[in-house]
Amino acid sequence: MSSSLDDMYRDIILDHYRAPRGSKPLPMADIHSDGHNPSCGDDIEVNIQVEDDILKDIHVNCKGCAISVASGSMLAETVKGKTFVEVQRIAEVVKAMLKGDEVEIPDDLGDLDALKGVRQFPVRIKCALLAWVTLIEGLKHYADDPKGAKPSVSTEKED
Amino acid sequence: MHTNADKKTTATPPVHRELDVETIRADFPILNERVNGHPLVYLDSAASSQKPRSVINALLEYYRRDNANIHRGLHTLAERATGAYEHTRTHIAKFINADEPEEIVLTRGTTEAINLLAYTWGEQNIGEGDEIVVTEMEHHANFVPWYQLAQRKGAIIRRIPITVCGHLDLSDIDTIINSRTKLVTVVHMSNVLGTINPIAEIAAKAKKHGAIVVSDGAQAAPAMPIDVKDLGVDFYAFSSHKMLGPTGVGVLYGKRHLLEAMPPFNFGGEMIQEVRFDKVTWAELPHKFEAGTPNIADVVAFDAALHYLEDLGMENIHRYERDLTAYAIERLSELPGLEIQGPRETEQRGAAVSFTDPDIHPHDISTFLDSHGIAIRAGHHCAQPLMRVLGKVATARASFYVYNDRSEVDTLVEALKDMRKYFCL
Repeated sequence: MSSSLDDMYRDIILDHYRAPRGSKPLPMADIHSDGHNPSCGDDIEVNIQVEDDILKDIHVNCKGCAISVASGSMLAETVKGKTFVEVQRIAEVVKAMLKGDEVEIPDDLGDLDALKGVRQFPVRIKCALLAWVTLIEGLKHYADDPKGAKPSVSTEKED
Repeated sequence: MHTNADKKTTATPPVHRELDVETIRADFPILNERVNGHPLVYLDSAASSQKPRSVINALLEYYRRDNANIHRGLHTLAERATGAYEHTRTHIAKFINADEPEEIVLTRGTTEAINLLAYTWGEQNIGEGDEIVVTEMEHHANFVPWYQLAQRKGAIIRRIPITVCGHLDLSDIDTIINSRTKLVTVVHMSNVLGTINPIAEIAAKAKKHGAIVVSDGAQAAPAMPIDVKDLGVDFYAFSSHKMLGPTGVGVLYGKRHLLEAMPPFNFGGEMIQEVRFDKVTWAELPHKFEAGTPNIADVVAFDAALHYLEDLGMENIHRYERDLTAYAIERLSELPGLEIQGPRETEQRGAAVSFTDPDIHPHDISTFLDSHGIAIRAGHHCAQPLMRVLGKVATARASFYVYNDRSEVDTLVEALKDMRKYFCL
């Protein structure tokens, strides 16, 4: 197996892909956000239950490639139980990391570190980004207008 | 021009000959490449074919010996370049059995050819309430230009549906094509399903209502003999780069009387007869449609590609592809859960085989196969409306050409087996 393939499909990524975390639907959610990459056909739905300033529970439903599914699963695992401020910081760090910006990666990122390998595959970066951009939009939207219509985002430009 | 290809101009195409794939492969230098530590298995010819040495050499020779601008210079090189450029046009006319070279308009590709048509013939002839008939299996190149035209004009797009087997469903054709139909445009061979459509039959229906018939031949022209008269089309578009030729060259065939009645597409040099401050007249066919300096070198080298195909024989190519496709479908069918799109029988089918795995996204399939040196295409194949009809977001597609053989199909199938182990355990 070529090393770059295993760089992208790290064991941790395949593990998340085969058994995605946060896949249990929530009885009620305060934050809803949709992501859609029409060119890939990746679709993601992020639902979050909020308690005070904590993201108490999260449901991620992703239909797409291994990278987008694993990224969504890692997102669910990472943000559950964290505060808005913490989650916003992590999401921005992951976004920057995937885009190849020079950022300091904090220690508490856990499995997310495995996403770094995706950078070697430029066409797949948008797959890894989708969950995070969808989350960021959901949080922003919730802060601006908690009762408003749910946002819908994409990480690909039209072909 | 004194390329090897030119010497073969009088060669008659052989009939009923098996392709000698080993010899053919030796003509394609790129097939010696190694990709990710494996010999290249190129199964993406429906996206773009590889090029034989004769085409690569023709390109080099043109730049080494004949390069000049065409149609206006009065020096020797300009005459040579013009001669070579026009020689290809004449060759193309013969290749598709057009009446004369003036019916061959050279473009950048199939997409530009169809846009040319939509912006000239379409602007002039399509009005509010007119109907344009397309099929559900069109490539975006043969849908979006007509969709845009319909939007501009208030015209209506009607579509011929497909059957579950991936053929056109012609059961309602007499309703779909009717007295309001102005244009019927049908892909000759689907780039996703591989289906070869009955163009002549549909053209006959269209003609009964006086509609114009267009066919997108981007996949068919590389793969089978094309006779625009037998097909009964008014316009036919295809690309050099999918048939062993260089990128950046496309062909729009059109019947003379229709091309003559059409306004120019682009304006500028080359396409005029006389320019005064108060009056401009257009050049004769086909130059009216070829403003500016065209893609001379690539057009010249396309001639060598046509020679290469003729030497193999288009009928032989068609038969070889059918055999190889039948083998590919048979082998791919061994894989549990793998769903093959398009017709199973290969009589009316070309060598593009799309498939999906129940668990693994086509992009993961493509990335995995690439790590084994196997190049396939994954995605919506610029046919999103068709993907919707199929209920898929994307498919993986292996496509075969004259330089592919059964051992490469076997390599693909074995890699797909490994892939299941890798992703699904």
